[in-house]
Amino acid sequence: MGHYGYMRYDATTANAVEATGLIKRFGETTALDGVDLVARQGRVLGMLGPNGAGKTTAVRILATLLRPDGGQASVCGYDVLRDAHQVRQLIGLTGQYASVDEGLSGINNLIMIGRLLGISRGEARARARELLARFDLTDAAARPAKTYSGGMRRRLDLAASLVGRPRVLYLDEPTTGLDPRSRTDVWGMVRGLVADGVTVLLTTQYLDEADQLAHDIVVIDHGKVVATGTPDELKAKTGGQVLQVSPADPARMAEVTALMAEVIRAEVATDAGTGVATAPVGDAALLPHIFRELDDRGIELAEFTLRKASLDEVFFALTGHRAEDEENDRRELEGSSR
Amino acid sequence: MSAIQATIPAPARRQTPLGGMRNTFTLTWRSVLKIRTNMEDVIGLSLQPIMFLLLFTYVFGGAIAHGSTHDYLQYELPGLLVMTVVFATLGTGLMLNQDISSGVFDRFRSLPIARWAPLAGAVTGDMVRYVISVAVTIGFGMILGFRVTTNPASALAGCLLLLAFALAMCWLSALIGLLVKTPQGVQTFGFLAFFPLVFGSNLLVPTETMPGWLQAFVKVNPMTLLTDAERGLFTGGPVATPAVQSLLWAFGIFVVFAPLAVLVYRRRT
Repeated sequence: MGHYGYMRYDATTANAVEATGLIKRFGETTALDGVDLVARQGRVLGMLGPNGAGKTTAVRILATLLRPDGGQASVCGYDVLRDAHQVRQLIGLTGQYASVDEGLSGINNLIMIGRLLGISRGEARARARELLARFDLTDAAARPAKTYSGGMRRRLDLAASLVGRPRVLYLDEPTTGLDPRSRTDVWGMVRGLVADGVTVLLTTQYLDEADQLAHDIVVIDHGKVVATGTPDELKAKTGGQVLQVSPADPARMAEVTALMAEVIRAEVATDAGTGVATAPVGDAALLPHIFRELDDRGIELAEFTLRKASLDEVFFALTGHRAEDEENDRRELEGSSR
Repeated sequence: MSAIQATIPAPARRQTPLGGMRNTFTLTWRSVLKIRTNMEDVIGLSLQPIMFLLLFTYVFGGAIAHGSTHDYLQYELPGLLVMTVVFATLGTGLMLNQDISSGVFDRFRSLPIARWAPLAGAVTGDMVRYVISVAVTIGFGMILGFRVTTNPASALAGCLLLLAFALAMCWLSALIGLLVKTPQGVQTFGFLAFFPLVFGSNLLVPTETMPGWLQAFVKVNPMTLLTDAERGLFTGGPVATPAVQSLLWAFGIFVVFAPLAVLVYRRRT
């Protein structure tokens, strides 16, 4: 694992969350196998990984819900085990599954949390109203949460985690199962919170989400950190740029891939559906060479583009598999809540 | 890092006992609110005693009390009070179980509240349910013709004794709710534990009518002792001995199951 800037000690930006060597086992399975991570104050740390990678387990430890079997973690300098009560005063948590009380109305859910945090009745009600308005739930305030749609429930859950004005907010897969519009809404809210100085630790299996929101990314797979860095650093790490070539005549695809493989000396992926060959390019100087060679052979081109590698491709390069695996996560979630 | 600590007020080291009581009060408020907003629960809570009263009075009454349903109503109502309250304690385990599986407990535990508050809140919140079931049983019983033949103070003492016993029993229910994985499981195990206790007693029929080996169990069953005490308090008869014995049982149940429930709660959460 390479060392990128943010993992080093930095005197100018303080760290809101620090974890070193976190280990957690559930019976035979090792959910976390020595995870280090750092969330800088006022930034978004994206924890990226497929389902079952250990993201939820890590968040539960950092939120004082689960004791690690090894390692240390602190929030704003408070140890998650020794100073759990202090940590709980600094954090807000939005679970993978909305953890609002379905039997209570939206407003009573928020008032309850305000009261539990020691806010007076009147203040708790005012804060609840303010948050409901902010999350566009004013019209549904009096309805039981069980009548809410998935997106509304997620927004109420997010509102619930903000009642206590947390310094650090954990968002465990905040947009899983949401439609694209609700997802964009949640992204907007996260950006707003960061603008207010809140530190956000976001877990996601959506690479575009991490790309959109995160200042720093830690990639986890099978309970281990496989890469850390800014989105740009991660993209640069695996070749950085990708060449896409599409011959006008699909019959000449084999020739194109052979040529690309020969010049770039990397694996070329072809998509039969779109007729596009892609390959990571480490050295941009090779491009004119490929272009001339194609021209010499009389291969007409429909497309010849150079673009930055997507996080999807980076993830694939780092872990050897795509960022989707539904089954494992169920197991991880059940394992961690029992 | 020290820079952050300087900019925010230092968080409290732990929740004060008074703060914990306030947390418990808020969570009790929540339980009551849930009873109010959940019509199914209200209907279930009040219909169950009504159904029991109608069924037992008119189906069994004629056969048991030599044809007089009124005599049987006077006999069974204190027993039905015990039965309704004991079954109502299942609600504690159910609610705890639902809160854990739905993730509501995770939210509570991520908040700076007393660690015992959610458990205490679930227990105290249920007192309201017990009061409702006791009130409905006595109220509907009176419509059917039940009369308190002692005095109001004695009847009130009977209600308080019931609540004290329920407050102990609900810890057994809480333990089941914490051990079992699903709400359905809570219901299954709860009924398995409560049915023999409730029906293996003199709640509905006199002990003398049962075979000897069963009488041995029935006579030591706390449900029998509690029913005896309730009969004494509502319709006359010896009170002191069965009341003291039921309170001792309640205390014993509490001493065994409350720490066990707390232990499992701590382990599980």
